[in-house]
Amino acid sequence: MAVKLELRIDPVACDGYGHCAEVAPELFSLDEWGYPILRSGQVPTALVAVAKLAVKQCPRKALSLATAVDPPARRR
Amino acid sequence: MTEPNGPRLLAGTAGGHRLDFAEHVATHGSLPLPADRRESGPWAKDLVAQIGLSGLIGRGGGGFPTAIKLGGAVEGRHRTTVVIDVMEGEPAAQKDSVLAAFSPHLILDGAEVLAAALSAKEVKIAVAADNPAAKGSLEAALAERGQPRGRGLDMSIGTPPGRYVAGEESALVHWLDGGDSRPTYRPSKPAVLTIGRRRAYVENAETTAALALIARHGGAAYAAQGWERTGGTALVTISGAVDSPGVHEVAVGTPLGQIIALSQPTGTPTGILLGGYGGTFVGPEALTSPWSPEGLRPVGGAPGAGVIIVFNESSCGVTEISRIADWMARESAGQCGPCVFGLPALAEDLALVALGRNKGRIDVRLHAHLDIIAGRGACAHPDGVVRMVRTGLSVFRKDVAAHLEGRRCSCAGAPSVLTLPDNAGELAWR
Ligand code: SF4
Ligand code: SF4
Repeated sequence: MAVKLELRIDPVACDGYGHCAEVAPELFSLDEWGYPILRSGQVPTALVAVAKLAVKQCPRKALSLATAVDPPARRR
Repeated sequence: MTEPNGPRLLAGTAGGHRLDFAEHVATHGSLPLPADRRESGPWAKDLVAQIGLSGLIGRGGGGFPTAIKLGGAVEGRHRTTVVIDVMEGEPAAQKDSVLAAFSPHLILDGAEVLAAALSAKEVKIAVAADNPAAKGSLEAALAERGQPRGRGLDMSIGTPPGRYVAGEESALVHWLDGGDSRPTYRPSKPAVLTIGRRRAYVENAETTAALALIARHGGAAYAAQGWERTGGTALVTISGAVDSPGVHEVAVGTPLGQIIALSQPTGTPTGILLGGYGGTFVGPEALTSPWSPEGLRPVGGAPGAGVIIVFNESSCGVTEISRIADWMARESAGQCGPCVFGLPALAEDLALVALGRNKGRIDVRLHAHLDIIAGRGACAHPDGVVRMVRTGLSVFRKDVAAHLEGRRCSCAGAPSVLTLPDNAGELAWR
């Protein structure tokens, strides 16, 4: 069974330099101020490796991957 | 209850009278609490059942059924500290402050009820540092009643800085735990908040006071006033285009128009902002809607924390939205990019619309900003602003269209009905 993964951005930690969007443009776009916007709630299976790389490379440790079973953060 | 159809939460406080402990007991009767630890388990179960019957929903803004929230916490059996939220960071809300100033013992009773239900040893009451009336009254009340009954319950008052987002639950708990009063990032919902090694159970002051009534009289008596599934009376704070702004206690289900009439509106209401500056605008069609979640849902509103701000034909909807957005942008806790940069950008778009300057399709930019800001902060502050702006633009769409055509609306230069306080500015977070 494929585990569904969800990317999360800690907006307090994020510095908005946009490194994630360079590492994984398939997953992140940037707003006009340079802060990342997730392209989709769930990480497509093909992009799990690149998502993990982005998480690892985020200089502020602002990114995390969570299994999508628990309720998605901050969406109503 | 004191009188089945009269005021309950504000019983005995007419004319601004503060009930001291003796008067409080004479008005409301004494508070039944479990005699000892062995009794408290079944007592807590029965209490939760009674709250279920009462149809009480949280009066702090969320509108969540209290029986489910407390029931979950009772079953969780965690070591818990009870936090009573009297912060009322929303400047257009005054009901918790009024309750604390005039009927403080009802809040303290409710706090004892929660502590007994959760076997908590500590209750922390959070009052904004700039609210001396509420703080003084609660302090005096603690002194009047002496040591709380039961096994050495420690009740204390904390005073976090009085600013908009400091009342947000995670900010409040963070402050009580020794941190600053800014929201913290909590990826999972519902968030687990802790003070030291204990769980924090945070309850709004009015909800807490309602628990003191339900513990005394039972759920059915509480629900004798109410509408459909939501029981009881609720406190509302009415301001804006009214002759006598203030706090009133109303039965849940009272039509919005009747509630507003209590404050004598001036002119004809053209829009009503419900829930505060991060709330929802509804149009005049909502005046017949019953004050309850079910009653207000069809018009897109909710009772929330009881804030009602009335706008009439003499003020310009667009300019008012712009003013609120600007004020809210300045209340950002300065932590999250989409809030720190997004809200000022949004406020600037709105200011241009209000001025009737539509160079470079300001409306397109405005909507683009609305689309990207929500859901991207650590707390719901930006989401609230987006909700207020979106619903405001819809309610005042005629004014908006006129402004976008560069005509401005009929009420150019009209005075504001809002009384926005000064922004907290550089005021410390600790
Ligand atoms: S790499 Fe990390 S800190 Fe940098 S913009 Fe992306 S999430 Fe923010
Ligand atoms: S969203 Fe805004 S108000 Fe909320 S924590 Fe972030 S910066 Fe502060």
